[in-house]
Amino acid sequence: MILDDTDRQIVRATQEGLPLDPQPYHRVAEALNLDPADVMTRVRRMLDGGAIRRIGVIPNHYALGYTFNGMTVWDVDDARVSELGAKVGALDFVSHCYHRPRHLPLWRYNLFAMVHGRSKDAVERQVERIAELLGDEAHDHRILYSTRILKKTGLRIKETG
Amino acid sequence: MSVAATLSDLEKGLIDQYQRGLPLVSRPYAAMAETLGATEDAVIQALVNLQKNGVLSRLGAVVTPHRAGWSTLAAVSAPKDRVAEVAAVINDFPTVNHNYERDHHYNIWFVVAGSDKASVFETLRAIEGRTGLKVLDLPMEEAFHIDLGFKVTWS
Repeated sequence: MILDDTDRQIVRATQEGLPLDPQPYHRVAEALNLDPADVMTRVRRMLDGGAIRRIGVIPNHYALGYTFNGMTVWDVDDARVSELGAKVGALDFVSHCYHRPRHLPLWRYNLFAMVHGRSKDAVERQVERIAELLGDEAHDHRILYSTRILKKTGLRIKETG
Repeated sequence: MSVAATLSDLEKGLIDQYQRGLPLVSRPYAAMAETLGATEDAVIQALVNLQKNGVLSRLGAVVTPHRAGWSTLAAVSAPKDRVAEVAAVINDFPTVNHNYERDHHYNIWFVVAGSDKASVFETLRAIEGRTGLKVLDLPMEEAFHIDLGFKVTWS
């Protein structure tokens, strides 16, 4: 679907945070000088069209005690990455799962899965489950724990990816 | 001790049930209140509390990658004594929205998002120019998970 400028303005306004006011879409409409019904119709269309994945509460994992954040990276056959990625992505503890390109010889891993735990052990147990699932299909893997948040801001549409 | 243990049932309910599907009606918090057996005021107050104690990053839309722009995951390998300086250079770009230090040879991992592929690429080149470090450019080629939010175990 194609987003027009008004759609983009609405997304930018809503992803930065919906007002905690009884009528949040009305407040967004006022700020953008639009009709509230038009705002809601456009948001519905963007949700149905897939441009917006979801609208809701976006919790901070760290504040909830999930302080171990492991970016697990796997080297699997390129020909099978879609099939294997779908299996890993379906695990309920995997929050993100993507196929990304290799950069040989610097970077050999082509499948990324994010896992979170309240302890390193919890993360490692999850990684073991992924390893079991992939079996011999995973030629190598690594867990890259985050040791510090250097920057974190919400994704903004003018910069959206 | 995380703040998780201090949350009310209503606050936990909001996190469990509303990471997606915020009602698209003129009074969404009233609709949520009905489902959760609370009042509209109580739901709004709970969201304000969650925001105050840092549990709520934001209440809003998650956009689908590459629909309205371009983004990439990028990494650099910075010598230990240059991490702070290199991170500062990277964070200086407004199009960098996540940046984590990680325990690997590639120790700085960040997301760059822009209106198109060319502008993201330009940012990566600028970061290479200013840091003298080679940037790994790892854009998403395919997404596998169904993003339903993050399942929190409270116990």
